Amino acid sequence: MQAKIDKVGKENAIDKDANPAIAIVDVHKSFGAQKVLDGVSFNINRGETLGVLGRSGTGKSVLLRIIVGLQIPDEGSATILGQNMEEATPDQLRAVRTKMGFLFQHAALYDSLTVEENVAFPLVHHRSDISKSEMRDRVEALLKEVGLEGHMNKMPSNISGGMQKRVGLARALALDPVILMLDEPTAGLDPIGSGEIDELILKLQQEHQMASIVVTHDLISAKNISTRIALLNKGKIVIEGTFADLQESKEPFVTEFLHRES
Amino acid sequence: MATSPSIQVRVNPVSVMLEWFGELGIFVKQVLKAAFSLPFEMSEFVRQLDEVGARSLPLVALAGSAIGVVLALEARYSLVRFGAKSLLPTTIVFAVVTEMSPIITGLVVSGRVGAGIGAELAAMKVTEQIDAIEASAVDPYKLLAVTRIAACIIALPLLTLAASFCGVMMGWVTATITEPISLVHFVNSGFNGAQFKDFLAPTFKTGVYGMIIGTIACFQGMRAKGGAEGVGSAATTSVVLSSLFVILADVVLVKLIILIFP
Repeated sequence: MQAKIDKVGKENAIDKDANPAIAIVDVHKSFGAQKVLDGVSFNINRGETLGVLGRSGTGKSVLLRIIVGLQIPDEGSATILGQNMEEATPDQLRAVRTKMGFLFQHAALYDSLTVEENVAFPLVHHRSDISKSEMRDRVEALLKEVGLEGHMNKMPSNISGGMQKRVGLARALALDPVILMLDEPTAGLDPIGSGEIDELILKLQQEHQMASIVVTHDLISAKNISTRIALLNKGKIVIEGTFADLQESKEPFVTEFLHRES
Repeated sequence: MATSPSIQVRVNPVSVMLEWFGELGIFVKQVLKAAFSLPFEMSEFVRQLDEVGARSLPLVALAGSAIGVVLALEARYSLVRFGAKSLLPTTIVFAVVTEMSPIITGLVVSGRVGAGIGAELAAMKVTEQIDAIEASAVDPYKLLAVTRIAACIIALPLLTLAASFCGVMMGWVTATITEPISLVHFVNSGFNGAQFKDFLAPTFKTGVYGMIIGTIACFQGMRAKGGAEGVGSAATTSVVLSSLFVILADVVLVKLIILIFP
């Protein structure tokens, strides 16, 4: 009985309508002597997209890994859908992660599985209530949504980098996430491919109203898909605001970053 | 002339070894925790059983056959010198079944499967596939490690039986080429005076070898760092360490078997 109460209690701890959906408070993270995050704080609500910009090695990807609970901050907290990730039990962590979709920088597709099996992976493990035919329909719908219908039986090694990103995106959306995290979604793609991915992300955000965080080097992409932009330098957020706010800023690092990236 | 300060990094081999055992202990704890929680990843387990068992069978059968041939040639020469030629079938059967085929199977599998698992998991680690599994709210220890270790534990005794069968058969073929002897007579002589326990413990001790090979290969693979170099290093250390621990385990297990089944 106690176990049942605990389980119910854990499920209640996840509030998918929590606002902010992502609350990062004074996060610090170091690797040895190298400090990569130095007091980073921000909130993201449902329907918002925060673009995180910055130079290489400024801890942008580490920030995403802290949000998903793959890394623990040295100080500060990451509260996702009302759940403090550091204090979460394995069951709570699992419950939060099923509400998140994560597109990795290089897509991180399982190379021993087909495109269909990759997209079906979260469904196979978390949706035992749906039949195989329903699962196949869902995978087909997701692949159609990202423009990859007809590629279900291909292996990841047989499709292009842009297509791999799309498959990764379809996999991230498989469980209808409340939070979407994108790590360099346009890295390594040609300008047309980047533009297509941006359009796809915008379309998905408008349809699903998720809280999204996009880590990118691509200023044009960040401008196109973000409602707000945070610029990281030496582990700190130098400025957070709209793209217009960045353009109006007199901060030397901001003006130099915009000048060099544009 | 000014000289740049040199950095000397001293690595204490004892502390490196203690650190390795400490990390292995944490890994084993995680694997045990995952092994005793539901659901069991049955489809992945069956896939691994095929990979470890069925695909190792030709190599193990070949190795078993080779030791049967070599043993028949060598033993015949020695036994004829001491006038004990009639003991040839018993010598071949006991040597093959009690020691030669278990250790040869262990070493062959540690080479083929140890390298395979080590490289596969290391590649998954460095390409963030393991992180993607974790971010999908799936326990990578349960999906990747438990299934592979369990497959090794089950497959090794079965492969040992196959190696023993091939060894005894090829021992008879070799013996009968030199001096014709019927298979029935060879088998009857070989197993004359033998008890079931004489063969049971040596065959099933290879389950321990399987546990060692699976655990070390999964551990080395899942802690891999870097790119291609890290993958290569994980594969090499998986083979070297699992072979070493199989040999050490053999010494301990032979002594234990003699003590328990005098």
